[in-house]
Amino acid sequence: MKNQLNYLLLFIPLLLISCFNNQEKNYENTSEIPVSREMTAELTSPPNVPTPVGRRKAKKLIVEMEILEKEGEMTDGVRYVYWTFGGTVPGSFIRTRVGDEVEFHLQNHPDNKLPHNIDLHAVTGPGGGAESSFVAPGHEKVFSFKTLNPGLYVYHCATAPVGMHIANGMYGLILVEPEGGLPLVDKEYYIMQGDFYTKGANGERGLQPFDMQKAVDENADYVVFNGKVGSLTGDNAITAKVGETVRLFVGNGGPGLVSSFHVIGEIFDKVHIEGGNKINENVQTTLIPAGGAAIVEFKVDVPGTFILVDHSIFRAFNKGALGMLKVEGEEDKKIYSGEIRDDIYLPEGPGLQEMPTTNEIVESKIPAKNFDEQMKFGKQVYMQTCFACHQSEGQGVPNAFPPLAKSDYLNADVNRAIGVVLHGLTGEITVNGEKYNSVMTRQMLSSEEIANVLTYVYNSWGNSKKVVTTSMVENVKNKK
Amino acid sequence: MKGHVFRYLTFIILTQTIVFGQSKNMAYIQGSRYIPLYGRDSTVVEVKDFEMDVFPVTNAQFIEFVKQYPKWQKSKTLKLFTDKSYLYNWKNDSELKDSEKLNSPVTYVSWFAAKDYCECQGKRLPTVDEWEYVAMADESSRDARLKPDYNKQILAWYETPKTNENLIGKNPKNIWGVYDLHGLVWEWTLDFNSVLITGESRKDVDKDSNLFCGSAAVNATDLMNYAAFMRYAIRGSLKAKYSMKNLGFRCVKDINK
Repeated sequence: MKNQLNYLLLFIPLLLISCFNNQEKNYENTSEIPVSREMTAELTSPPNVPTPVGRRKAKKLIVEMEILEKEGEMTDGVRYVYWTFGGTVPGSFIRTRVGDEVEFHLQNHPDNKLPHNIDLHAVTGPGGGAESSFVAPGHEKVFSFKTLNPGLYVYHCATAPVGMHIANGMYGLILVEPEGGLPLVDKEYYIMQGDFYTKGANGERGLQPFDMQKAVDENADYVVFNGKVGSLTGDNAITAKVGETVRLFVGNGGPGLVSSFHVIGEIFDKVHIEGGNKINENVQTTLIPAGGAAIVEFKVDVPGTFILVDHSIFRAFNKGALGMLKVEGEEDKKIYSGEIRDDIYLPEGPGLQEMPTTNEIVESKIPAKNFDEQMKFGKQVYMQTCFACHQSEGQGVPNAFPPLAKSDYLNADVNRAIGVVLHGLTGEITVNGEKYNSVMTRQMLSSEEIANVLTYVYNSWGNSKKVVTTSMVENVKNKK
Repeated sequence: MKGHVFRYLTFIILTQTIVFGQSKNMAYIQGSRYIPLYGRDSTVVEVKDFEMDVFPVTNAQFIEFVKQYPKWQKSKTLKLFTDKSYLYNWKNDSELKDSEKLNSPVTYVSWFAAKDYCECQGKRLPTVDEWEYVAMADESSRDARLKPDYNKQILAWYETPKTNENLIGKNPKNIWGVYDLHGLVWEWTLDFNSVLITGESRKDVDKDSNLFCGSAAVNATDLMNYAAFMRYAIRGSLKAKYSMKNLGFRCVKDINK
């Protein structure tokens, strides 16, 4: 009898504890989660993500978001007036947990021309907050909402004309973590795709105004990650180490296009489809609707550079939707061998690939006036046309693409070099003692662009400092 | 009593100007009927003949005004009629900050101040319909709204920062002889808040199907709507005591025949 009583006594505290736990953790209705204390939200600019918050208690969370209309760079030599939440495109990342009461302060900078507002897809209420946040320049609006549904949500400006406000960069992501938070991972990044419509064609220099007609036609000049071409490439690439798990919060601001998000050379171990609860596994490409998002996770097993693209692939290689994830660490030949052998394979039919030809390539309206401008414009052409194979410092890619830096082949004969750019090159060549057997297609460049880009190449990376003129290019062109 | 004298004086001035022709620095606007903003089947409004200031009111003119009417000086205005940013770019009650120019349009003024300014000159603020009527002209036609270039220029201005620091009269004048309706600053109108735009623009679509619905066919009308809609949006975001860096005003005067 006494024993039994002891047992009971033992159990009572256990029961109590479990009761408490139940009370704290499981609310049938997330709107009933109580909040304790007040705190200011950590906001980060892309590609950074604030520290996880899912393990803390629900709080009253103060978010201060400033709207700035400001000029920025779309790509080399192309300027654009962005409208931004927090000074960046996409806007600052907001991280909350379910049950938080968010007190949102929307500040419209006095220098701004236009009224704005914010529609957060995480808000349950009319207009997603847009109704309560319509704010004139030089003013601040405050409204609050409770985060009821966990997930990754887009926010954007919804002031007329809505499309224009979004097209100019007014979107971002807000994460509502579930109770207890998302599982911890090694690296988290924030990436958002957007399409841009400029008066001039892709690459046309100078300050480019927004083109409403192109936007209505959904004929984008730029499709980019994080607001500009190259925001995630070269030195701006995101990084990880072999063995780490990477989580990407990927959004798509639109306004027009949906994204087929893909990382070349990786398979997503997990995808929170459309940013919601449902998890799909082993996904190659995930579709992200305009005004939608997804959370993708994968473990990186081998070192190298992994390319993030919109797999509507011309957007990646011609309009800018390209980013890089650089992974450092030990190679694992079992998972990926690298090149093992290079054998000869001679199929029937023509070997030389050709781009469609046209003799109607228009010369630039603003020709380079002097050597400095030739170098500047030449670099732009290089970054748009040559960079992918010959790399940023002209170093090329071993066994695949010959180097342009200190290249004996290049420096030996300038007319041959002009001819290569004009007509393409196929077959074996020897550059700096290494053999290359590859194909370079003819380049769709005007004579002036060829003169500029070759001048840039010849005057960079230890080459022979020749200056190539448009007439030299014309000579080679006419000889054929 | 004073007021009476003033009104009497303005009456004399008014009648005189009619006898002797146009007021100084005002353009004669011949009234007409037109369809504002949304095109298609909105209602026609009628604008009577009136005169409009050729330029927006400048900093220099407003300095004179507050000297004459101290109740509109920065330190003396009532909170009811102005907000904290009223004449924010002024050093004190009678001088601009050094960075500002006398011949730039006056900004950071509330609707109350603008309205009183005009009334003190024997004028008034233009109505939205009047303002839009004059603003739809370009250099060569009274209604340029269907010209793509006209709309593109306006949209481009909406995107250009800091135009409020420019001087008046640098943009080409329109066919009425009026300068700077586009390209410099937003302008107060008498009934700026009479068009009900909630700020939740997508909801406005339901409210007034003329705003965006039916715009499946894309043409210049839509571009025009976008440009005009941005003006309606800015007006909708304002309250009468607000003052803003990019918001000035000009006056108009009725013609009593």
